[in-house]
Amino acid sequence: MEWSFVIEKLILVSIVFVITLVIAMYSTLAERKIAGFMQDRYGPDRAGIFGILQPLCDGGKFFFKEEIIPAGAHKVLFILGPTIAIITACISSAVIPWGQELQIGDRTISLQVAQGINVGVLYMFGVIALGVYGIMLGGWASNNKFSLMGAIRAASQSISYEIAMGLSLIALLMVTRTLTLEEIVAQQSGFVNWNIWAQPLGFIIFMVCAFAECNRVPFDLPECETELVGGYHTEYSSMKLGLYMFSEYINMFVSSALMASLYFGGYNFPFMNDLGWSANMITIVGVIVFFVKILLFIFFFMWVRWTLPRFRYDQLMNLGWKMLIPLAIANIVLTGIFTLIKDTYFS
Amino acid sequence: MTVFYFVAFLSIFFALMTIFTKNPVHSVLYLVITFFTFTVHYILLNAQFLAVVNFIVYMGAIMVLFLFVLMLLNLNKDTEPMKSNLVKFMGVIAGCCLLVTFFGVYRVFDISNPLTVVNPEIGLVKNLGKVLFNEFLLPFELSSLLLLTAMIGAILLAKKEPKQI
Repeated sequence: MEWSFVIEKLILVSIVFVITLVIAMYSTLAERKIAGFMQDRYGPDRAGIFGILQPLCDGGKFFFKEEIIPAGAHKVLFILGPTIAIITACISSAVIPWGQELQIGDRTISLQVAQGINVGVLYMFGVIALGVYGIMLGGWASNNKFSLMGAIRAASQSISYEIAMGLSLIALLMVTRTLTLEEIVAQQSGFVNWNIWAQPLGFIIFMVCAFAECNRVPFDLPECETELVGGYHTEYSSMKLGLYMFSEYINMFVSSALMASLYFGGYNFPFMNDLGWSANMITIVGVIVFFVKILLFIFFFMWVRWTLPRFRYDQLMNLGWKMLIPLAIANIVLTGIFTLIKDTYFS
Repeated sequence: MTVFYFVAFLSIFFALMTIFTKNPVHSVLYLVITFFTFTVHYILLNAQFLAVVNFIVYMGAIMVLFLFVLMLLNLNKDTEPMKSNLVKFMGVIAGCCLLVTFFGVYRVFDISNPLTVVNPEIGLVKNLGKVLFNEFLLPFELSSLLLLTAMIGAILLAKKEPKQI
């Protein structure tokens, strides 16, 4: 391993990390602005122009708040909870291909942190599965009935929706025939090759499950404030609460990136090879296009949040087990039949 | 090799911690860390698929369920049921069986002739899938049938009996 390779990856990791954090920060502002827009009011507009400094003020406030660890809480696990939540949220973006290769001089730089991972999609899935530990540990260690209820809800919800999510991914993998994320994205070059045209049902199932895995409305039962005070983070204060909320926004960003790259062509945009641009130009525009897609998905997350009311818990479970899982299985069978017909008669 | 010994030490250490901690939730958490060290072992063996599946299934799903049940039951020291002598007796027998197995393995195992991996790429998804669906198709299908049976059995057990009016 050469030093230049290590330095290149370090720079890439730092850039991705900073972008992730900045987008998560400004998602908090965007959420409140969009809420304001949808409810016909202004939203935060005092700090800076259009409230552009609001996230910084919020962050600063979090740091200076008093930090309380309840007397009955399990101290180590209480601190470990938000730590795990933020770490798992941050490491999940490692396998996402942010763009094609960049030529600088005679060096080819790949815009993906962990390149050539054979099981990229599964890695993503594993990290998402791990994320629930943060919520569970935090909720249990608080030694509070409401926190415990929130943690238990989070666990059962995430397990239920992981199954449907995995099944919808299997149908996608049957189409792409690879588990490597960069190959999946590279296959979708242009516009007609996007996986959304091949897997519309799979995409809808995946998106619903992504909402549930991120604990977003209408699936935010773990922090349902009308029933559970604050849910799993009832006892948390100061930056530990901030980390939980931050990890939620990072998860939203990463799952938007995942949906964009799995189903909506990632960095690919229509007519990208017909414009006669240089490879570097295409790469840079591709990265911008990818981020536009991600931001559109984040906007969609917020749009849904301020439009739909919350589910009841039994409705949540019914939707997961009795609707999404059978639909996903049907999708797998249909995909299999179509693939078989296509391979035998049309190849 | 040093990495292997370090990770192996961690596995055994956390496995022992799993047994010796009194608090059931801590015990489950140590077990999670033990499974994580297993994942590292698989990666060291270049078995990426096995590593990631171990990660998802054992760490991500099964241990979450364990933790879920423990939290729901809220086991504390004073509510813990007394262990009867029968349980202790069974434990001793199980331990003896394990010891006998270890001894047998030690007798059979020939350290001067270590196994060499013919194909180091065998753990990658593509190769594993081809082996699984060609050479070992029957055992694979049989084990999936077994899992399906277990699943249906679990659903039947969990189903409430229809109410008698």
